[in-house]
Amino acid sequence: MGGVTAVLKAQGLGKRYRSRWALSDCTLDIPAGQVVGLVGPNGAGKTTLLHLAIGLLQPTTGQIEVLGGRPPADPAQLARVGFVAQNAPTYSGLTVAEHLRLGAHLNPGWDAVMARDRIERLGLDPGQRAGKLSGGQRPQLALTLAIAKKPELLILDEPVASLDPLARRDFLQGLMEAVVDQGISVVLSSHLVADLERVCDYLIVLVGSRVQVAGQVEHLLSTHHLLTGPRRDPARLPEDQHVISASHTDRQTTLTVRTEHPIHDPAWTVSKIDLEDLVLAYMSRPADAGRRPALEVQR
Amino acid sequence: MIWLTWRQFRAQAVVAAGALALLAIALAVTGPQLAHLYDTTVATCQAQHNCSIAISAFQGQDNFLQDLTRLVMLAGPVLIGMFWGAPLIAHEVEAGTHRLAWTQSVTRMRWLAVKLGLAGLASMAAAGLLSLMVTWWSSPLDRIGAGWMAPSLFSDRGIVPVGYAAFAFALGVTAGLLIHHTVPAMAVTLAVFAAVETVFALRVRFHLMPAVRLESALNMHWVTETGSGGPGGPGSFFVGITPNLPGAWISTSEVTTAAGSTNLGAVPQRCGANYTYNACAAVIARMHLRQVLVYQPASRFWTFQWYETAIYLALAVVLAGFCVWWVRRRLS
Repeated sequence: MGGVTAVLKAQGLGKRYRSRWALSDCTLDIPAGQVVGLVGPNGAGKTTLLHLAIGLLQPTTGQIEVLGGRPPADPAQLARVGFVAQNAPTYSGLTVAEHLRLGAHLNPGWDAVMARDRIERLGLDPGQRAGKLSGGQRPQLALTLAIAKKPELLILDEPVASLDPLARRDFLQGLMEAVVDQGISVVLSSHLVADLERVCDYLIVLVGSRVQVAGQVEHLLSTHHLLTGPRRDPARLPEDQHVISASHTDRQTTLTVRTEHPIHDPAWTVSKIDLEDLVLAYMSRPADAGRRPALEVQR
Repeated sequence: MIWLTWRQFRAQAVVAAGALALLAIALAVTGPQLAHLYDTTVATCQAQHNCSIAISAFQGQDNFLQDLTRLVMLAGPVLIGMFWGAPLIAHEVEAGTHRLAWTQSVTRMRWLAVKLGLAGLASMAAAGLLSLMVTWWSSPLDRIGAGWMAPSLFSDRGIVPVGYAAFAFALGVTAGLLIHHTVPAMAVTLAVFAAVETVFALRVRFHLMPAVRLESALNMHWVTETGSGGPGGPGSFFVGITPNLPGAWISTSEVTTAAGSTNLGAVPQRCGANYTYNACAAVIARMHLRQVLVYQPASRFWTFQWYETAIYLALAVVLAGFCVWWVRRRLS
């Protein structure tokens, strides 16, 4: 399947737990070769989406395709996707070396040399039990396992959430090195944009079980604007300008607007928006705003 | 997958193997002595006319080991369920490591099959070995006891411990799978296993085959007791019998009138305190009493063993099937 260009494709994807929808009506088409950030508040459905992608969960509605195959599946599909679950679980009673042995036993494409090199570079003691590793070392071990199986896609669920700033930087740095070396695609989630800002090419904002916006970071930044001007009703904006968020004082209105076209209205002061404000604008939208799925902002 | 399963199971396996080895040594050292003692005292007591003394002396041998084997046979299977079964999946779910295992290039069905297969077979092998050792060691003692059909011995001998271990193991795995926490799953395993085993022993086992019902004229040789306080009321006549059915499991032994009533009427005068037993026996003989016995003969021991083992193994298979379904559909 050499012609696969979509690393993850979802169509009307939904997952229900009893009466609660953890993810609904999710439609995505993520091109290969990207580092994709999945951002949203806690409980937004990020883990559900990632678990559907790796095949830990089965969808209630819709379909998902990962690297052109349906998860979960057979060992061949599993071998193509590396995964680090939330909190980076490892076997606390097994040593670092035994984890590598585990990886070698369970993965036909295992790269033992790379795994050993990575452990050495990280300064992990192969004889150390995983339970005794520091909070920063354990995720690194889990990431090593996921990378050394030589996947085409790497999925990481909140990989840096529990790390201190220094360990966070080291982890992301190690991740980016692997991405560059091996040319793998990555999907990683976080509830903090700041974590993703430096590494992501592509961003998905997930709030209240729905995808609010998804697209190339550059494209998102160039199509979203911060408008400041005298107080007015946001409903009276031109058709092609979608208001993401609005705040008013007595005299002033501040809007976050998405549009493909330049804004000419002289009443507005148009300023660039940074990724954090963009994501916050989507997160602070009223819950029902997401029901009208934001048009795919791609190209 | 086999390596990982063995690596995770190693500690528990070593502890169990150590305990089994210690017991094996103790039994191997004392067993031949016990057998020799039986051959030289109980086996020859008929000639010396001192059998009751010889038997009670022999039954007092190795009291500690007798108690220990009883305890080990009682606790062995449920310990396997608690310490091998319950943590098997619960421990992984507790730590989230099942997500690590399932996202290697191995399907979760294979993961489960290897775990269940390996640890399950080990459980059955351990119980089988234990039963073999204990059955061998106790054989001289069992020859003079109530027999293997007796409820107190039936579950400690032969092949049923293998069935118990398989069931306890599958029960532990299932409890762990549903509860997600090792310690509560162990407690549930203990409680459910004890309940199932008790109900089975008290209510089910006797009915695995239709019992033998023996109804005949009272056999005077079997009468061992007479007096008042029979089933007919405080002043009614009581005749107690001890049937000579070696090793049988007797559920009912009644003495009735010729008409079939268990109320034998008032105590005959000649069975009172001032008369000899022979006088009383002569009166009883004229009453045309009957005896009703319901029992499972000793010869059915192995049939019962196979039936009970098969039932427990079937329960284990059902539970394992449920685990497969649950892991495939419900666990994430």
